[in-house]
Amino acid sequence: MPRHTPALVAFMVKEVRHLLRDRQTLSILLLLPLAQVLLFGFALRNDVNDIRVVFVDPAPDYVTRALRGRFVGNGRFEVVGTVATTRAVEPLFRRAAADVAVAFEPGFAARLAEGNPARLHVISDASDPNTGSRMQAYATAVINGYEAEIGAGRDGARIVMQSRMQFNPELKSVNLFVPGLIALVLTLVSALMTAISLSREKERGTLEVLLVSPLRPWQIIIGKVLPYLILAFANVSTALLVAWLVFAVPFRGSLVLLLAASTLYTMVGLALGVLIASRTSSQRAAMLGALLGTMLPSTLLSGMIFPIGSMPGWLQPVTLIVPARWFIVVARGIMLKGVGLAELHEPLLVLTGMLVVFLVLAIRSFKPRLA
Amino acid sequence: MSAAIEVHDLTRRFGTFTAVDAISFDVAEGEVFGFLGANGAGKTTAIKMLIGLLAPTSGDARVAGFDVMTQSEDVRRHIGYMSQRFSLYDDLTVRENIALFGGVYGLTDAAVRDRERALLEDLQLGHAADARVESLPLGWKQKLAFSVALLHEPSVIFLDEPTGGVDPITRRQFWEMIYAAANRGTTVFVTTHYLDEAEYCNRVSIMVDGRIAALGTPQELKQQFHERSLDEVFVRLARPDAGQQAGTMSAGSSPEESVSAPGPTPR
Amino acid sequence: MRALRVLLRKEFLQIFRDRVLLGMLIVLPVVQLLLLANAATFEVRSARLYVVDRDHSTMSRALVNRLAASGRFLPVAASPSVARAHSAMLNREIDVILSIPHDFERDLVRTRRGAVQLIFNAEDGAAAGVTQSYAARILARYSSEVGAEVAPRVATVGVSTMPAPKPGRAVIDVRQRGWYNPELNYRDFMVPAILVVLVTIIGTLLTAMNIVREKEAGTLDQLNVTPISRATFIAAKLIPLWSLALLDLAIGLGIAWLVLDLPIRGNLLLVFGGAAIYLVGALGIGLWVSTVAGTQQQAMFVAYAILLIYLLMSGLFTPVSGMPVWAQWVAQASPVMHFTQLMRAVLLKGAGFRDVLHELLMLTGIGVLVMTLAVRQYRKRAA
Repeated sequence: MPRHTPALVAFMVKEVRHLLRDRQTLSILLLLPLAQVLLFGFALRNDVNDIRVVFVDPAPDYVTRALRGRFVGNGRFEVVGTVATTRAVEPLFRRAAADVAVAFEPGFAARLAEGNPARLHVISDASDPNTGSRMQAYATAVINGYEAEIGAGRDGARIVMQSRMQFNPELKSVNLFVPGLIALVLTLVSALMTAISLSREKERGTLEVLLVSPLRPWQIIIGKVLPYLILAFANVSTALLVAWLVFAVPFRGSLVLLLAASTLYTMVGLALGVLIASRTSSQRAAMLGALLGTMLPSTLLSGMIFPIGSMPGWLQPVTLIVPARWFIVVARGIMLKGVGLAELHEPLLVLTGMLVVFLVLAIRSFKPRLA
Repeated sequence: MSAAIEVHDLTRRFGTFTAVDAISFDVAEGEVFGFLGANGAGKTTAIKMLIGLLAPTSGDARVAGFDVMTQSEDVRRHIGYMSQRFSLYDDLTVRENIALFGGVYGLTDAAVRDRERALLEDLQLGHAADARVESLPLGWKQKLAFSVALLHEPSVIFLDEPTGGVDPITRRQFWEMIYAAANRGTTVFVTTHYLDEAEYCNRVSIMVDGRIAALGTPQELKQQFHERSLDEVFVRLARPDAGQQAGTMSAGSSPEESVSAPGPTPR
Repeated sequence: MRALRVLLRKEFLQIFRDRVLLGMLIVLPVVQLLLLANAATFEVRSARLYVVDRDHSTMSRALVNRLAASGRFLPVAASPSVARAHSAMLNREIDVILSIPHDFERDLVRTRRGAVQLIFNAEDGAAAGVTQSYAARILARYSSEVGAEVAPRVATVGVSTMPAPKPGRAVIDVRQRGWYNPELNYRDFMVPAILVVLVTIIGTLLTAMNIVREKEAGTLDQLNVTPISRATFIAAKLIPLWSLALLDLAIGLGIAWLVLDLPIRGNLLLVFGGAAIYLVGALGIGLWVSTVAGTQQQAMFVAYAILLIYLLMSGLFTPVSGMPVWAQWVAQASPVMHFTQLMRAVLLKGAGFRDVLHELLMLTGIGVLVMTLAVRQYRKRAA
């Protein structure tokens, strides 16, 4: 029936106008992703720098002084001071004034000269176990370096470890965040926006006007959804551009594939947004529901910041229903590993399946209104 | 005895657009003053300036004897306001709304109780006193909002399209309430699109493009513009080109004869 | 005062009749604590290991066993082909490749130096670094044992070593200790941060949406026309949400303590006191957002954007010390950062009033400043 197509086009034009006229929301939707990429890239680092070290040196001698000097000279450390007892470290840790303490036992140099092991403790504030253990490792490395220099263990056997970080040689945090960031941005534009827009029409009653018109439910959904698709596209391109230009994030795979995958993921988000709008009774509930149901999982359960492998056993299967999780695998694969369809068919199929399921559910919840 | 409302060259500009252009008029105490104008003529902007929600760009106004710019808090104490966009809280009950606004205007608990009783009786809302406002039919909500706006016995009350979407019987009851208030000495400043209601006012002003194009009693205006109804006066002023066309349209049907004295028009 | 009392009553009535809001108050802490607290960790479980052993010697096999025995590495495949190993990594089937060259044992015995290659899948970056440090530690330990075998009279270097004393050969015995978190439990570290997020969402996001909702409904104008003062109106709006946020904090703490075994080593009064002060700032931001947003939708977006920036830059998920210097200065201006630090210090380290005095002062200063600005911004009459 050729009559339907022009109606659909007219409807889509209206939706585009809607979007363009809401200047405030539009600017937020365009600028927020940009700000997020820049913010994440510049400020979010998993690196450990400026480790504040305090020394417990009850009886300083030339060895302890030399060792302390090693920390002073090391750019990664910031020497906070020296105290006489280990107990004095407590308040410093409690006040977050120091991160690591190096405690020498008295008579350090003397024991070394005798050929006996001289003990020292490297104490870290392990309330953040991850950072804590890394700080500890760095401090220990400094000590080991000194030890190697003074000749200890030159005769000992050593297994040398040559390590390489595949796909991300410098372990740049930004390389990891950017794919997840794209997912986050897309989720914002698709799921959140759709949920809000649709529920607002529902609240205002204009949706009923649409439903009474010759437009079929699927056409209404498509028409609503298309402008956001275009917006999402613009956002992805911006994010990628910034990532590449400003942060030199690698891009080893196919751009076309990434854009296609982004489109697919956006559509999943859009369908999810429609579903949320159809199941909630007010605009506010849709907003909060979308926030909780899409943004939160996309940030926390998708592997964007926290690796899924680290999550407890029972939580890992839950992440399987988070669309962002699958998209991040695809994005990381394409950007960092340069893989293609062959290796990514699984996540792509899952995303397609989710799209179908959400769409069917969404369309079904509109049908009863016509009955 | 000063006027209840005195407006002198009141102007409001938004950038290069002048929404209200140096309007001047006075409203006497106890008068029912109709403030008319097409949508976008600047009515709402003007009202907002009078009730202290918007600062004028220039000019001045005095309401209930106080200057709107320098004595805005005093103005607020002596005026009431009811807008079409619901002034009451839907999710609170009738009683709770009354208690809220009574308290906000500084009435003692005893006074609130007394007036609440009187209000419920007058409106015959006793049975719905503990019902949420959202459950009331539109007409009741309007009348209730009006009464609540009068709770603290202001000297001037501003009504912004109070009878929108309401059936004719309720409209008539509403205007009876307006007359009762005016007879008690409250000045009523009302905007409306219903030109038949405009006939009930003591005087009427019509705003066009930010200016007052006409000001006077309904009788005076009809004579001045040689029209038989305010309807036609309005259309003549608001859309000068449309005056040539036959068969004007506007809210409500045109009354047959001009009515000299205000009062509910039997139809 | 009467006006305030009456307004407060109205606010509380509305809140308790708002099912969506009440639902959020329960759902938020539960979801955040149970899902988030468990998801937010960088701990690394077993890394799947692909062994490319071209030596097949006693020592090479022992090395692999050492890695496996540590529980941190799980050998899942082996083959002589590095290419196949790489392909497995591309397919996300393995996390680490251990490549032992042909003459490993012989080199070790003869020259006392043997090299192995470890390739870590850094696609998921945080894990790779941690896995690397595990590997280094295991290798060093094995290395010292081998050293003892190979040259039993020679002292060795490394971590937690058992050296054989010998004149002239010095050795430094390094013992490592982690305070406050003996099990290196990441959850304990995250939960205070999550509670901060919880309180902030209510204080900022819900406040902004709440006020804008009245704006949208038109009842805000109705109130602006009344003689109540700006301060009264703002106080009436903020006090209920302030108490609600504190209540939710209590709920959250309760859940965390009961279900997640959160340690509470310090004084809870400090926690709630700090929260009360912190909320002044958070509510101020919410108030400010409500003055710039015209619709609830805009309010949500703006609040969300601000929250995101705050939360990410405040050491919640990534350490502040890792950020560039300019970002660290920005973080100093963030009340979230100070409050998080306070929470962690009090709950995990048992900090007392004097220990967190700095944070309390910063929170007070920021709170007063933000609230003052927001109140000035809010006008009953539009200019």
